Amino acid sequence: MTTTTPEGGHEDGATRRDFLYIATGAMSAVGAGLFVWPLVDQMNPSADVLALASTELDISTIEVGQAITVMWRGKPVFVRHRTAEEIATAITDDSASLPDVALDADRVQKAEWLILIGVCTHLGCVPLGQKSTEVKGEFGGWFCPCHGSHYDTSGRIRKGPAPNNLGVPPYIFLDDSHIRIG
Amino acid sequence: MSNPGVTNQVMQWVETRLPIFSFINHSVGTEYPTPRNLNYWWSLGSIAGVALVLQIVTGIVLAMHYVPHADMAFESVEHIMRDVNYGWMMRYLHSNGASLFFVAVYIHMFRGLYFGSYKAPRELLWWFGILIFLAMMATAFMGYVLPWGQMSFWGATVITNMFTAIPIVGEAVTTWLWGGYSVAGPTLQRFFSLHYLLPFVIFALMFIHLWALHTSKSNNPLGIDVKSEKDTLPFHPYFTTKDLVGFGVFFIILAYWVFFNPNYMGHPDNYIPANPLVTPAHIVPEWYFLPFYAILRAVPDKLGGVALMLGAILILFVIPWLDTSRVRSATFRPIYSKFFWIFVVNGLILGWVGANPAEGSFILIGRIATAYYFAHFILVMPIVGWFEKPKPLPDSIAASVLGDDTAKEAK
Ligand code: HEM
Ligand code: FES
Repeated sequence: MTTTTPEGGHEDGATRRDFLYIATGAMSAVGAGLFVWPLVDQMNPSADVLALASTELDISTIEVGQAITVMWRGKPVFVRHRTAEEIATAITDDSASLPDVALDADRVQKAEWLILIGVCTHLGCVPLGQKSTEVKGEFGGWFCPCHGSHYDTSGRIRKGPAPNNLGVPPYIFLDDSHIRIG
Repeated sequence: MSNPGVTNQVMQWVETRLPIFSFINHSVGTEYPTPRNLNYWWSLGSIAGVALVLQIVTGIVLAMHYVPHADMAFESVEHIMRDVNYGWMMRYLHSNGASLFFVAVYIHMFRGLYFGSYKAPRELLWWFGILIFLAMMATAFMGYVLPWGQMSFWGATVITNMFTAIPIVGEAVTTWLWGGYSVAGPTLQRFFSLHYLLPFVIFALMFIHLWALHTSKSNNPLGIDVKSEKDTLPFHPYFTTKDLVGFGVFFIILAYWVFFNPNYMGHPDNYIPANPLVTPAHIVPEWYFLPFYAILRAVPDKLGGVALMLGAILILFVIPWLDTSRVRSATFRPIYSKFFWIFVVNGLILGWVGANPAEGSFILIGRIATAYYFAHFILVMPIVGWFEKPKPLPDSIAASVLGDDTAKEAK
């Protein structure tokens, strides 16, 4: 015998035991990995939270120039009955310099009804401007007091730290006076 | 017997099976050599430890009466305040205790900055301190959410929304954190669970922090190494008693806030139940977050603001390498010591800006102070350390404290 092969092993030095070590380690890693996902995913929205996903409302009582706030998925949704003037400014401003470019026409289904998620895209405060007594910011839409973001009459961000326009939730007109959000 | 202090039979029986007495003696007893010149700035570490224990004790008591549910949390805190025996005291101790815990830790950190305690061989000791600070911030933030008042709710909303700034996965991560599409019941419940857990994580981190401390031993006001036994005194009884004086002062200050001014550091808005439809006109975090809040708002860009705020803490990890001076204590650094105080004042200015609405001249002041905050680490530390001529260092701690003659006699 010139070479000494370990018992039950190969000439390159790898043994049956090395194989068992690696196989055990690999299986444990896979097993631990599989268990991590349930631990992580349990924190995602649960089935009952997902189920509360749509809200219906009657908009016939909202006068021109008025706005109401409803809850959808735990967030405020702004429903604004825009005046002719507000619609006109929104359309003129399509060509203004916008941080988050969007046409007013793409943000509404019917020009007089502006429906938006009432959550500032900066850090999530509810902007002011729904009530007639509240400040509406420099562009006549909404103003977020938390860190000073100004939104226009199409809910587009015009000034301040917020990066995006106020979101448009999915909604449909059930008939002329009813909408369903979500 | 390895430990001459253990004379009692029962203690010896225990000691041979579990050497707890010699462990204590080596940690905080006569066997732990401590630089003899430590001043009262060195008391803040043990005071922070006392504050942590106080938070855990009062927290466990509060958790016996508190209900972590969106419909009941606010009322259960009112129940603690009005109906539970001494509930008001436990809650005021817990909320004011959190503030004083931060006071202690901030002073402790500035002490480290001034005397160069972050420099070799104490880099890991410093790192574990920063980890404790981060864990404390997370704990205090989640604790503040628990009473479920307006500031709780909107503070939680603004802070968690910072995660939406992460490119691509931001929205998904935020929804996951919330357990829904906004801050709501599921968020409150998980925050309660984590608020209960994290203090024990802090406790573990504190042990590692102390382990590193007992390996490299305390720095001291002169910043020079211990050279002989003459430079040290046994921890017990010299520093146990000195620390007790600090505890007394801490408890007197705590008692003032708890019994005479318990809501001064809170916000009246947090006595209004959480309302997801109305944001308070002026959202401000607790005072201990204000400088970082000012940094967040200094940048007119969402991701930029969040990144800078995080960077303001993370930069502390690299200062052992940013500071190029080989002298630890700023006492011997004529130029750097001035910059140190400018940095302290700058931190106070950031806090003041953070407390005010982001408008008018506050925006400009906030930006300048933010720039200076980073400049202190990135420019002042490397450059001053490089050209400054330090004052001559004393030969030894003993020589400086006892006078040269006595020290020589002892040699
Ligand atoms: C690092 C240690 C801790 C810090 C910094 C801390 C901080 C806070 C803060 C700032 C509040 C809000 C107080 C208020 O506005 O009323 C709070 C509330 C609370 N904490 Fe802690 N806490 C700590 C440890 C603990 C522990 C260990 C527990 C439980 C075992 C606990 C249980 C509670 C409970 C039940 C509340 C809600 C009741 C209340 O608002 O007073 N805390 N905590
Ligand atoms: S949350 Fe609206 S400006 Fe920051």
